[in-house]
Amino acid sequence: MSDTAPLLSVRDLRVQFNTDEGVVRAVDGISFDVAPGETVCVVGESGSGKTVACESITKLIPMPPGEIAGGEVRFDGDDLTDASEKQLQSIRGDRIAHIFQDPQGALNPVYPVGAQIAEAVRLHSDVSKAAARDRAIDLLDRVGIPEATNRVDDYPHEFSGGMKQRVVIAMALAADPDLLIADEPTTALDVTIQSQILNLLRDLQDEFGMSIIFVTHNLGVVAEVADRVVVMYAGKVMETGSVHDVFERPSHPYTKSLLECLPGIGRSMEPIGGSLPDLTAPPEGCRFHPRCPHATADCRSGSHPELLEAASDHRAACVYYGPGYDVSAIRGDGEAETRATDGGRDDSHDSHGDSR
Amino acid sequence: MSADPLLSVRNLKKHYPITKGILKKEVGRVKAVDGISFDVAPGETLGLVGESGCGKSTAATSLLRLEEPTDGQILFDGDDIVEHGDADLKAFRRRAQMMFQDPSSSFDPRMSVGESVAEPLAIHGMRDRARRRRIVEDLLERVGLSAAAYDRYPHEFSGGQKQRIALARALVLNPDLVVADEPVSALDVSIQAEIISLMRDLQTEFGLSIVFISHDLGVVREVCDRVAVMYLGEIVEVADTETLFSDPKHPYTKALLSSIPTPDPSRRNEGVELSGDVPSPSNPPSGCRFHTRCPAVIQPEAFDLEQAEWRHVLDLRLRVERGVDASDIREFLVAEGEAPTPEEVPDAAVARELRREFDVPQTLSDPNAETVLSDAISALVEGEHDEARRTLNDSFSSVCERDHPELESTSAGTSAACLRVDTERRIDPPPTS
Repeated sequence: MSDTAPLLSVRDLRVQFNTDEGVVRAVDGISFDVAPGETVCVVGESGSGKTVACESITKLIPMPPGEIAGGEVRFDGDDLTDASEKQLQSIRGDRIAHIFQDPQGALNPVYPVGAQIAEAVRLHSDVSKAAARDRAIDLLDRVGIPEATNRVDDYPHEFSGGMKQRVVIAMALAADPDLLIADEPTTALDVTIQSQILNLLRDLQDEFGMSIIFVTHNLGVVAEVADRVVVMYAGKVMETGSVHDVFERPSHPYTKSLLECLPGIGRSMEPIGGSLPDLTAPPEGCRFHPRCPHATADCRSGSHPELLEAASDHRAACVYYGPGYDVSAIRGDGEAETRATDGGRDDSHDSHGDSR
Repeated sequence: MSADPLLSVRNLKKHYPITKGILKKEVGRVKAVDGISFDVAPGETLGLVGESGCGKSTAATSLLRLEEPTDGQILFDGDDIVEHGDADLKAFRRRAQMMFQDPSSSFDPRMSVGESVAEPLAIHGMRDRARRRRIVEDLLERVGLSAAAYDRYPHEFSGGQKQRIALARALVLNPDLVVADEPVSALDVSIQAEIISLMRDLQTEFGLSIVFISHDLGVVREVCDRVAVMYLGEIVEVADTETLFSDPKHPYTKALLSSIPTPDPSRRNEGVELSGDVPSPSNPPSGCRFHTRCPAVIQPEAFDLEQAEWRHVLDLRLRVERGVDASDIREFLVAEGEAPTPEEVPDAAVARELRREFDVPQTLSDPNAETVLSDAISALVEGEHDEARRTLNDSFSSVCERDHPELESTSAGTSAACLRVDTERRIDPPPTS
């Protein structure tokens, strides 16, 4: 973490949904910080609570049945959990903008895209219609839409999926936000278009200097964009650290298993086995213990382990980092590093021809 | 692949007519699959990969004749199934099964899992209910569920479990071929890994051939023996999986491989970025269909430009062909604050903006090319659109837009459809004359 004060600081956030089947603790006491200009990736499987955590920041979750049961979300010093709806409205879009997975659903099919962007511009700043339209053209150009002047009056259905996502990004940038929350923005896109959008977000971050929270289940994407990583599982943070630390020396058995089940990077794939716990009745002790190859008696009882220091600025919620355990049993070591360097790209695959 | 292929597809085409008016007059065709050929050996897994809209799913449904192919032959065990009548087709479908992407919508929510899995048995004439039940229970256990799942309903299962059930249903008739259309795309990575290893185990056990369709190259590398890469309804490269990943020959395959994000933060930004979207299959580009996006598109022998520079010049030319209006650029520059009204924007600024828009350098590295380009741009700025188009077309045209490459074998022992491959002399660096 950098020395500057974090832009966003989430502390012990708890979000629950009161359903007929019982109380679902979707987010159960998570903490993380986002520094100015930083990209933090929240990664986890479906049902890990990553989307709920991010939507709770500006209270976008439906309430009821949702409820923020505890904790605080400090944004630039103010606690958003007890902000009024009116205060939140002035923050949403203006200072914190969201991008969602499905660009189709985020655009109104019956208005031209330019009008929708101009509307967002006028909502946040007091400018004339003509100036808002000019700004819309400028934003479309900046997000890489060719011939923005021509396309500003086109309707959403006249754009391809990747182009629609660019329009949505332009809309999110309309008020020059301090924080952009991008929830799986590339999941619905083809790989070639995904890499275009990731490059675009990176360029825009350099240009606008905003912080980004990037929610994804794709570890490849995480490695591509993140400065820091927050790994979630069943409503808890399992590991957090810089992207290099987390990928080179994964410190929680869950993170390690997640990296091991990635297909097609030239080594045998290890499925995790078992399934996600039922969040209405999560297991005692560590949430991951029923699927963890290293679980001990301590893991099976009591409460979920605290985040403990695995290395400087790299923490994992695992009892092995407490007193009386041998960390080397679970910590990623040199082996992870070699793996990371020969994975992936075309030029290095030949050495792995026989590894399957 | 010494044995005869189990499935042999020859020049398969599937076109969808675009009709207009009350008489449904055909005004065009979406060429979803436009002449593909491949073989699948017994026990082999062939991957079909490509971006959305490249025709891979249409290829799957037409090769099982779930949709009537427009043209071509599909030889299954030597018989052409395109010629089959109803009875023969039913017999064929007993030996070839399909698995779909979305496990939730491929089950009837009001039928128990057992009934769904047993239905193919009933359709193909197994009347003994108790025997059907025994077979299905056994199969459910083999795919990693309990026999008790028979009486439960689809909503009681998670996505991964439903995909196991779908696998059981595909295997219940003991088929020779399974066509799996994105079977793991809707699943989490951890679940993906389980389903993939299950498919692999069952393939060995049942001696299945699989046609595996996916857009995820990581998954394809994990499960396939051979891979065919599709682009806009055509196969552009076929190779053994490891060869394809270590030594891709077609520029599209290279770009596709390099755009997979790797789980390694120290290797960011190494990919080749493909510009633009996949063109419409109703009006595919001439020559090589990939020439509108290809980073390795061949330049005319008269010029000696940097490859990236040439790509941008060609982008500009292709755009001018579809129509570029200088007044739009003037309007844009007014919005940018360059001048108060469109008429006052200086011509030089319009020319500069035009080059910037297409990432073309303000001065090209080849002086001859620069002369042609600046003439064309001046014409464009003055509104002489046809003049500009003619100048650009005369000088900046690529052999890639004229000649359609066929699949040819390459030095790596694979097949690729690229002019750079087919005329070995053109392999980079481009020839100078």
